[in-house]
Amino acid sequence: MSVQSAVQLGGTKPRRQRLSPRVIRDNIAGFLFISPWLLHFVLLIAFAMFYSFRISLMETDLLSSEKFVGFANYRNLWNDELFWKSFRVTAYYSFVLVPSGIVLALAIAMLMNQKVKLVGVWRTLFYLPSVVSGVAVAILWGYVLNPRFGLLNMGLRSVGIEGPRWLFSETWAVPGFILMGLWGAGGAMLLYLAGLQGIPTTLYEAAEIDGAGSWHRFRHITIPMLTPTIYFNLLINIIGSFQVFTQSYIMTGGGPNNATLTQVLYLYRKGFQDFQFGYASALAWALFLVILVFTVLVVRSSEGWVHYEGELKK
Amino acid sequence: MTTQQKSYPVPVAAGRRRPKFDALLLRYRLLSGMGRILIYIILAIGAVIFSAPLLWMISTSLKPEGLVYQYPIVWIPPEPKWSNFFTAWNKSVPPFTTFYYNTIYITVLNIFGLVLSSSLVAFGFARIRFWGRNVIFMVLLATMMLPSQVTLIPIYLFWAKMGLVNTFWPLIVPQWLTNAYNVFLLRQFFMSINVELDDAARIDGASWLRIYCNIIMPLSKPALGVIAIQAFAWNWNNYFDPLIYLSEPKKLTVAIALRLFETQQSQRIPETMAMTLVATIPVLVVFYIAQARFIQGIVISGVKG
Repeated sequence: MSVQSAVQLGGTKPRRQRLSPRVIRDNIAGFLFISPWLLHFVLLIAFAMFYSFRISLMETDLLSSEKFVGFANYRNLWNDELFWKSFRVTAYYSFVLVPSGIVLALAIAMLMNQKVKLVGVWRTLFYLPSVVSGVAVAILWGYVLNPRFGLLNMGLRSVGIEGPRWLFSETWAVPGFILMGLWGAGGAMLLYLAGLQGIPTTLYEAAEIDGAGSWHRFRHITIPMLTPTIYFNLLINIIGSFQVFTQSYIMTGGGPNNATLTQVLYLYRKGFQDFQFGYASALAWALFLVILVFTVLVVRSSEGWVHYEGELKK
Repeated sequence: MTTQQKSYPVPVAAGRRRPKFDALLLRYRLLSGMGRILIYIILAIGAVIFSAPLLWMISTSLKPEGLVYQYPIVWIPPEPKWSNFFTAWNKSVPPFTTFYYNTIYITVLNIFGLVLSSSLVAFGFARIRFWGRNVIFMVLLATMMLPSQVTLIPIYLFWAKMGLVNTFWPLIVPQWLTNAYNVFLLRQFFMSINVELDDAARIDGASWLRIYCNIIMPLSKPALGVIAIQAFAWNWNNYFDPLIYLSEPKKLTVAIALRLFETQQSQRIPETMAMTLVATIPVLVVFYIAQARFIQGIVISGVKG
């Protein structure tokens, strides 16, 4: 998804444009075709961003009162214990879920790529859970994680383990969410499976002739060849997991004792329950900053570890 | 890990030099015999764990209340209680029929709008040369990083000022204005279609709209299908926007109604599971049918990107 490769994919070379009728007609047509997105950009992005920043400098419930307070919201936010709590909760969730999700999805894909029989059936079994999302999963997992009669603890009990209290425990609530997130690893698994099948067999054969063991082949062929896919997943998942909301809203309401208060849930509470829209906007910008920092870190680091095979770049 | 098997078109060289490595192959066969069983065992355990919650949902939806709490789990209720579905469906006020009608209405409209607008925009970026095209496209890619929460409050305010909160408009209009992700995905696909087709058509005097309708769209059915399926799943599952914009009971979508039902009937787990199952089925069915196309779509968007 890198910007560079996307632009390189732009096939037609820019020729020198003269103001012939055809060029003018193409320009009119081009802008007409992209007008839905231009409208989207102007109204839903540019204007909304500007306005959002303006609101974040005010103390307002958007109905009766409006008071310009400068950067007070941002200062308050810096000293707000709950904001930091929500940041820690979200970061904990993301930094455990995203890497372990990648490892799990990759592991399943590797197993499935060993020319197993009935691959369609296996694929479906692992993939289907990732399709069910949102409220249905949250409600279902609310029961699965129930300490008393939930599927998980009943399963653990049958192998002699007394499970924790999951969503009712400050320590175990976020791990419960992470398990639930891992249940959806099937979507990424499909990506890796496609990536694995795109690795030319000649590479493995050459390595075998050179006497490379299976670990070496995995480490020096499979992983490098999959890094573009891993990179894409990492980016999308980091951006997505920092915006986690539905689970904590539905399953715990942020509790117990704010142990599952994610950043978006906190924003929702401030904005749509306490009607402090100024503060909520500041929270949104803080979230943007957090996501931006981590995205930039991943993008920067990618030059060191993402391997583009010549033909992929074309 | 065992040997890498060939699920990829085998290069010519592979067949030719095989006899030389008979001993090596034999060793692999033996090793992979054992490895193979291990692979199946791990896959089976994984599959059981992954499907257990869904099976539990189905099983619970057919149980009488008391059976839910029993240990060990009763997977097949001796007397399946089908009435759970009907009781639950009509218990909510208004009945679930209304919520399904609303959700289907919004989802269908949005699929249509999103496919139409995304393909128009992607066509513009992929096939027509206009001033600032690459710069605008870079901006489009950059907007993918912006979390929607940043623009949430102004957009909400806009709809509130228009007096359109509690209508479907805020859920529909933004999708008719497309989004960066879908444009990007479709553009990648359109670029892979030979440009000479356009040139030939233009010499014959065809307009851009005609090229879009008669050449690009018919050739892009798989990619459009991917967009449609993803739009379906997204709209069907969308929780945040209806939560913010809709409050009147008869305007709610399935996702919101499901959550309300759960909180109101917290002591009726089988009925809640029955309604959750019903809400899940359309997604499962659509994805199952469209699996091949969807996989292809992921390949388009993911691996090439």
